[in-house]
Amino acid sequence: MSDPSPICEPCGLETLPAPDGEPVIRLVNVEKTLDGKKVLDGVNLDIPRQRITAIIGLSGAGKSVMLKHMIGLIRPERGQVLVDGVDISRLSREELYKVRRRFGMLFQGGALFDSLTVYENVAFPLREKTELGEGEIRERVLSRLAQVGLEGAQGKFPDELSGGMVRRVAFARAMVTDPEIILFDEPTTGLDPIIRNSILNLICHTYHQHGFTMVMISHDIPEIFLWSHYVVVLHDGKVVEAAPAAEVVHSVNPFVQQLIRGDITGPVHLM
Amino acid sequence: MLSLAETIGERILLAIRNMGRMTIFLYAAVATLPFPPYRVRRIVKQVHFIGAKSLFVIVLTAAFTGMVLGLQGYYTLRKFGSEGLLGSAVALSLIRELGPVLSALMVTGRAGSALTAEIGIMRIGEQIESLESMGIDPVKFLIPPRLLGAIVSVPLLTAIFDVVGILGGYVVGVKLLGVNAGVFFGQMEASVEWNDVANGLIKSLVFGLIIAWVCTFKGYFTGRGAEGVSQSTTSAVVLSSVLVLVGDYFLTSVLL
Repeated sequence: MSDPSPICEPCGLETLPAPDGEPVIRLVNVEKTLDGKKVLDGVNLDIPRQRITAIIGLSGAGKSVMLKHMIGLIRPERGQVLVDGVDISRLSREELYKVRRRFGMLFQGGALFDSLTVYENVAFPLREKTELGEGEIRERVLSRLAQVGLEGAQGKFPDELSGGMVRRVAFARAMVTDPEIILFDEPTTGLDPIIRNSILNLICHTYHQHGFTMVMISHDIPEIFLWSHYVVVLHDGKVVEAAPAAEVVHSVNPFVQQLIRGDITGPVHLM
Repeated sequence: MLSLAETIGERILLAIRNMGRMTIFLYAAVATLPFPPYRVRRIVKQVHFIGAKSLFVIVLTAAFTGMVLGLQGYYTLRKFGSEGLLGSAVALSLIRELGPVLSALMVTGRAGSALTAEIGIMRIGEQIESLESMGIDPVKFLIPPRLLGAIVSVPLLTAIFDVVGILGGYVVGVKLLGVNAGVFFGQMEASVEWNDVANGLIKSLVFGLIIAWVCTFKGYFTGRGAEGVSQSTTSAVVLSSVLVLVGDYFLTSVLL
């Protein structure tokens, strides 16, 4: 993939220079069948380091399944999932857990633990996976909560939060361990436009601050083209387009154009 | 005819597959027990949830079970002029059988179903996948505290059930029906042996393991959505109860 525009449009900040040309995640001929349906059908994809990559497609196109392959939550039937050249689909459970320390993941509904407060939810990965003392954990958790604008909500339980706040807490939890790669499974689905843009803005600013590699599934079309460097279009278990956002917008692929414009007529007939 | 054979064969294979999965699941949970972190606070929390919070229902059930045993026992023994054996009859029935079995069934209904629902909701809410994504083994994290919580709680609840049940039998037999208190307790002391108490506690230990095992398994591998969790909860309660009763028969055969 060629490099995207040097300036991030919504933030107006300079895009971070890529450390090298090697993709951080590489899917090679990945195939997966679930409930008798081929969800991923020979997917080949490179995820560039220190860039925001958005994955778009119709519901049921296999986006979440593809994202879960990247962190080894689902293993492919065929093909390879390479993280910095290591095929994680062949690793043992313990080896895979070590690789996952490099990741943070934000699930669709937040996946916060109901019985823990906001503070405890964000502190959870630090308490379970690091040797940090309680003082340092507190410092890190409060700093991440401040970053997502939730300093005052640390004592609340997930059921006391709005949808947008849940996503922000989940985001704080995903980045509290300072991972290299953060995966987002529809971080803005079901939110109103203002909250949605504030979450996307938060993701963009966090990217500029920390230089994480970010992969995000989104249905926010066409807005997502502004908020991401690269866009991957998935259809019927296949990658039909993977390029810088500005190129995908002008794709000549009729399916991509139908998806961008939301046309009910085109190659895909749902009714 | 062929399709009937196919259906039966399919069901048998499914049952065998499920038994295998349950065994692997139990092994995965138990194999982690000797290794740190021990998560003592989480175990104590489970003892509180499974044990302390079941106390009221156990005391209530035990009191009425003992009272019914007192009533039934008195009128049956009176036919043979053996009312003096009421204390033995009540105590042996409770300590050997009714205490462990009824405690286990009550814990299944109150706490077992909640274990299934809690873990099932964690599954459908992607919390289990979230643990996986953090590099935390969900089986190791979620199951051992619940297994240990049940193994500690059920014998304690059974002991309480036995004591309260005997007191219920005492109230009806001695206070209401006029059996001599000295005879009631004297006969009980003469007939109840340490073996009876130990066997009852062994049974309750096994029942605690069965309840936590079945209920966490059903929650962990729940179906999709709210309906999946509700089906898992129902099937966890049914399977645990059946296994407790079947297990009781085999344990009694071995321990007698």
